[in-house]
Amino acid sequence: MAIATTMVILAVIPLIVSVVSWFSVDRFAKFITIAAGVLSFVLAVILIPAVSKDGSASAGAFLFVDSLSMVFLIPISFLYAATSIFTAGYLHRPSSNVGAEYNKHFYAGINLFCWAMIVALMVNGLALVWVAVEVTTVVSALLVAIDGTDGATEAAWKYLLLASLGLGIALIATIFIYYAGSHVFGSSYSFSFTNLLAGSSKFPRQVVRLSFVLSVIGYGTKVGFFPVHTWLPDAHSEAPTPVSALLSGSLLSVSFYAILRFFQVAEQSVGKAFPRDVLLAFGLASLFIAALYLISQRDIKRLLAYSSIEHMGILAIGMSFAAPIAIFGVLLHVMSHALAKGGAFFGAGSLVRKFQTKDMARIRGGIGLLPLTGPMFMLSVLALSAMPPFGIFRSEFLIVMGGLQSQSDIAAVTLVVLVTLAFLGITYLATYTLIGPTTGTARNLTVGEPSYFIAAAAALCLLGLIVLGTHPPGELVTLINHAAMELEV
Amino acid sequence: MQAPAPSSFADISDVIAIFVLLTEFAMFRAPLLRSQLKLYAVQSLLVTVLAGFLATSHHISELYLLGAASFLLKVLAVPYVLTRFLERTEMSLVTGPSLGAASMTLIAIATSAFGFFTMDATKVGSTVLPTTALAISIAIVLVAFLLAIMRSDVVSQAIGFLSLENGVSIASLVVASGLPLIIDVAFLFDLLVAAVVFGLLMKAHHVRAKTLSTANLDRLKG
Repeated sequence: MAIATTMVILAVIPLIVSVVSWFSVDRFAKFITIAAGVLSFVLAVILIPAVSKDGSASAGAFLFVDSLSMVFLIPISFLYAATSIFTAGYLHRPSSNVGAEYNKHFYAGINLFCWAMIVALMVNGLALVWVAVEVTTVVSALLVAIDGTDGATEAAWKYLLLASLGLGIALIATIFIYYAGSHVFGSSYSFSFTNLLAGSSKFPRQVVRLSFVLSVIGYGTKVGFFPVHTWLPDAHSEAPTPVSALLSGSLLSVSFYAILRFFQVAEQSVGKAFPRDVLLAFGLASLFIAALYLISQRDIKRLLAYSSIEHMGILAIGMSFAAPIAIFGVLLHVMSHALAKGGAFFGAGSLVRKFQTKDMARIRGGIGLLPLTGPMFMLSVLALSAMPPFGIFRSEFLIVMGGLQSQSDIAAVTLVVLVTLAFLGITYLATYTLIGPTTGTARNLTVGEPSYFIAAAAALCLLGLIVLGTHPPGELVTLINHAAMELEV
Repeated sequence: MQAPAPSSFADISDVIAIFVLLTEFAMFRAPLLRSQLKLYAVQSLLVTVLAGFLATSHHISELYLLGAASFLLKVLAVPYVLTRFLERTEMSLVTGPSLGAASMTLIAIATSAFGFFTMDATKVGSTVLPTTALAISIAIVLVAFLLAIMRSDVVSQAIGFLSLENGVSIASLVVASGLPLIIDVAFLFDLLVAAVVFGLLMKAHHVRAKTLSTANLDRLKG
């Protein structure tokens, strides 16, 4: 199949499936959603060799992928597949009075959300990326609010307002870059990545500096950088679990991808030091705040939300190290984090379903009551805490090594200290919920999984993490290497 | 900032940008939600006029189309939908800090002056484009942020976002009028979708909280 055709199919399938899900019956919606998720992942994998060989591929004027976008496209389509399987289990609630209408709308929303994220990674140019990221915001805000509870409505409002205002800043950043380009290309020119990067070394530096900072604040609102992260724990905890998994594992990285596109321009225009310093400052602040909040959480989904802020901080710090190995680590971390966070949210979703609460003080003995997802949740948490043999161990190791290589010793050591603090918080709390005697009404709960779809989704994520940690496929390593080279000038 | 080449283009852009800033001030201190919406419509009309003027002076025929789309959407559709929504709720007064109109205006002036002079200090000027209008548009964006931050009802906050977008539109028209039309149309489409979702969530909030005030949106913490 021609590469351009593959790209077009990948960019339209989730949208078509979303529309069909909305108008079909819920069983069919379940089936086509899983099929679309799996197909998207397969199509993304098919693109790898072509992109590795030629450096990039495009379809028409608007669709474009290079190694950098592929590094994000692979985990995001994987999580799309895993989440669609999880959703089948999540929506299987025999005792619930939630109807088929809700299920259909839910499937339509999940597909539309994934479509917007996939398209954001495949469009050519900063302006179109902005448009797609704004679409991810409005779609996901509706998904956060879908359950209609007080908490969900509040979280959705805060999320929509803060993310939209943040994206307003990102739009100014985009316009400034266009303005910077007009000094080289004239007042009307193509805003595609290749064209922009070809001239960015001659862009006026002050405009690019301003634009980069604005892009980090603007898109950083959606990445979850401190101090513009405040919507994140609320939205992640109040959203239905499949949405939380996608928000955390996919959406944050899509926004981080947008920042990296600005990073490329900034690096060529103003040199390595400035963009790296900006990311280091935001990364350290985010990691610090997240580590503190991780120790004192009671809500299991908020715990995972703060862990996302922690990992986004790690990504930013990793980018600030001027060593190719650290950049490789960052890109591997994007993949590993998506899988680990997916797995952890799936496990947490299973615990919440079993115990009917998100309060960790009331969840005890999960490992005995959930023979599959209990241990898998524990393994996902260990993976998130960078334990071997999982992918995050490898990526964080590379990032720290890169920090030491690039003489950023203080930042590297601070990173290790804060990650250890976060590790203590998250593993202590997760162990607490899983091991230990059940109390109160939980004693009457029966042993068993709520749904095998949930267990299958979590198992897929763990499997992916083990592959990334022990023996990442050669093609993938080549791809990440190429992407790291794109980010290194 | 380098002085732009004196031209009617720069002068007229500056004047329109200043009027947009003034409507932003008025919106910020408007006591009625309904008047805020009217002011938003007026502000959007000014942005449309700027697009039309640019289309004529620069002979960019695509900008006529953009102007027409922006008129239909921002001057007519969004204010109409939000006004209908307000008619169904019983709240008409803006809620916010108990500051007088004078204090509010002073805060807005200080903020916009900060935005204007900060842009000036960053020395991002161009000799061909009207960068004064760019600095004014940053001032508009900052006052829009104030509106969303200091007012505590969902309608004002949404208007804050929408008028922020008007400020960015001014910036985009004066320094990036060469952006391909398809991108501008995508921006507008995005705004439409965002306005619909803002509306849906406002409605959801009103159904649950029986008010438009955001005072009770404080349950989620930590």
